Amino acid sequence: MAGTSSLASAVGTALAVPFSWLARIIDVPLRAWQRLTGYNGMAVFFLAPNMLIFGIFVLFPLVINFAYSMTGGGALFLSDRTYVGAEQYQRLFDCSNYLDPRSCTEDMFWTAVRNTTIFVVLQVALMIGVALITALVLNRDLRARSFWRAVFFFPVLLSPVVVGLIWRWILQRQGLLNYMIFELGFDPVNWLVERNWAFAAAIGVSVWAHVGFYALILLAGLQAIPKDLYEAAEMDGTRPARVFWRITLPLLAPNLLVVLVLTLIRSVQIFDEVYVLTGGGPGTSTLFLTQYIYEIGFASLLRNPGLAAAASILMGTVLVVLTLLQLGLARRNETKDKR
Amino acid sequence: MSRAFEFLLRRRGGTGLHWTDVFTYFWLVGGFVLMLGPALWLVNSSFKTPAALAEFPPSILPYVTAETVVQGYDKPLPLYRVTDKETGEERVLAEVRRIGIMGQMVDPKNPGEIVKVNIQDRTPVRSVSFDTENYTKPFTAFDFPLYLRNSVFVTVVATLITLLTNSMAAFALSKYNFTGRSAVMFLIVATLMVPLSVILVPLYSVISAMGLFNSLWGVILPTVATPTGVFMLRQYMLTIPDELLDAARMDKASEWQIYWRIVLPLTAPALAVLAIFSVVWRWNDFLWPLIVLSRKEVYTLQVGLATYAGELNVQWHFILAMTVVTMIPVVLVFVFLQRFITTGIAGSGLK
Repeated sequence: MAGTSSLASAVGTALAVPFSWLARIIDVPLRAWQRLTGYNGMAVFFLAPNMLIFGIFVLFPLVINFAYSMTGGGALFLSDRTYVGAEQYQRLFDCSNYLDPRSCTEDMFWTAVRNTTIFVVLQVALMIGVALITALVLNRDLRARSFWRAVFFFPVLLSPVVVGLIWRWILQRQGLLNYMIFELGFDPVNWLVERNWAFAAAIGVSVWAHVGFYALILLAGLQAIPKDLYEAAEMDGTRPARVFWRITLPLLAPNLLVVLVLTLIRSVQIFDEVYVLTGGGPGTSTLFLTQYIYEIGFASLLRNPGLAAAASILMGTVLVVLTLLQLGLARRNETKDKR
Repeated sequence: MSRAFEFLLRRRGGTGLHWTDVFTYFWLVGGFVLMLGPALWLVNSSFKTPAALAEFPPSILPYVTAETVVQGYDKPLPLYRVTDKETGEERVLAEVRRIGIMGQMVDPKNPGEIVKVNIQDRTPVRSVSFDTENYTKPFTAFDFPLYLRNSVFVTVVATLITLLTNSMAAFALSKYNFTGRSAVMFLIVATLMVPLSVILVPLYSVISAMGLFNSLWGVILPTVATPTGVFMLRQYMLTIPDELLDAARMDKASEWQIYWRIVLPLTAPALAVLAIFSVVWRWNDFLWPLIVLSRKEVYTLQVGLATYAGELNVQWHFILAMTVVTMIPVVLVFVFLQRFITTGIAGSGLK
């Protein structure tokens, strides 16, 4: 251990040499600047790079997104586009029956909305259930707990493309899963070609990829519950089920709420792993909102940036509501901790 | 084996097996298989030849059918073990061609005479062999090295810029009292709500207007000013005592020197966590690079891999191997730096 860390520090020092020279050179004009503006002028200097990038690539696009959603045509730059008012929104909402996407002008949008809604409900429920059980299991008196924790956490770091390809390989017609099913005496299923199975696969794979992350947050919450509460319950001979409902669950509630909101926010935006796994198919059975925006705005032949912007603003509104919920919950937890 | 599980699952002071113990055991072993199994299966499959990949049922180990060059035939011929029905003698023959259910075979040592064998009576001579061609070929025949280079460039440059700009901003927001500080903080909080997927269209036009379409800088720049990074570093810098900075000012240190020589080294643990996250984020990025990059020369690994896998006539043997290569950096990060990541997440809920 000592060997690796001294090696790491040696490498670090070697890498830092050019940077420290650079830092020294930068210092000369900066001293002059400081003499002119004082300490607080330096604050502007330190903020500038981050805020400049932030302003150009986040704030400015955010503002002109509204303008985009009110223009029509296929032109890319705002100056070339024609103002159409709320036409894009009207088009998105032009439906005789909101539950039947086929009755809408933008049937793809409503298919995506319906798919995303069903996906969010099922995926969040499954995610929280599995994460909670995993956290409870990991919180027990285990040998090698960090090893088991790592096992469940492993897929979290994998890229969505890798996740999608791993499962495409396993779920393909002649894949490992079908082989195991065949060995058990059942008929193989064409997982990614049958609509409902493809949808189930999208849910299962996204849970597989992210459940370790939420289990980790819940585990941290479980470990923060004071041990003496459990000792007291044991003294009183309380049954384990009662301990769970009366001690564990109420004290874990704040963490569970945070996990709920986080899963909701990410679930609404689901895209990459499903896109690689199924490509939104078969048909449109795994087409979700982000993919719809991507297809309409960039990929399809009849590109319609205005429509994509309008759809993204609708999705953004849902996300803002969810995030406000999360921030509110975080604040409530903080004040509770302080008391 | 059972002793190993006993070791892993033993409870302190516990005697006897409660149903929750059985369930724990079930969940851990099931989780082990389900979480690691798919990735291991991918790695295992990546060493198989296309013929072995097409087999059903799939074999566990990567087998290769042995072949030999026989005089008088251009191509190497596959070898089969044939048992003679009358004598019970076992011979190794090479198959020249197959007609219906009969295989025409020759003895490699005596290529003149052709023997007809029912295909039921022959088994291929197979040996375990790792097909490394799946790995070497994409490096020479495809743009794979180019994708790899692009991905490394994006990851390294974006992480360096992220660390520098985020730490400077965090320094200003934690160590200075200036008018508008809370407004800046509010702006950063507000944009936590705006994920990239909401501003795709306008961001694309900004990138195009700057001439960064199909440029790796177009991938790097929009992602570097992460609000989470500024937040995390600011929280950490708030714990550095201001007296330290005042002492340095007494000694005529400039503000830049204070940032570079005092605050930055003291923030190293938080910077390390942000660096790890940034590397994983940028390496794994998909949606934004997919939009900005449309020419093969500038594809990152993730885009190149997904595009390649989406083409017709999927060549799985190459895709599997390339997926493994794409996985390697992240697995290394996981193995060596897992502790930083798990504490980082448990502490801040950031991902």
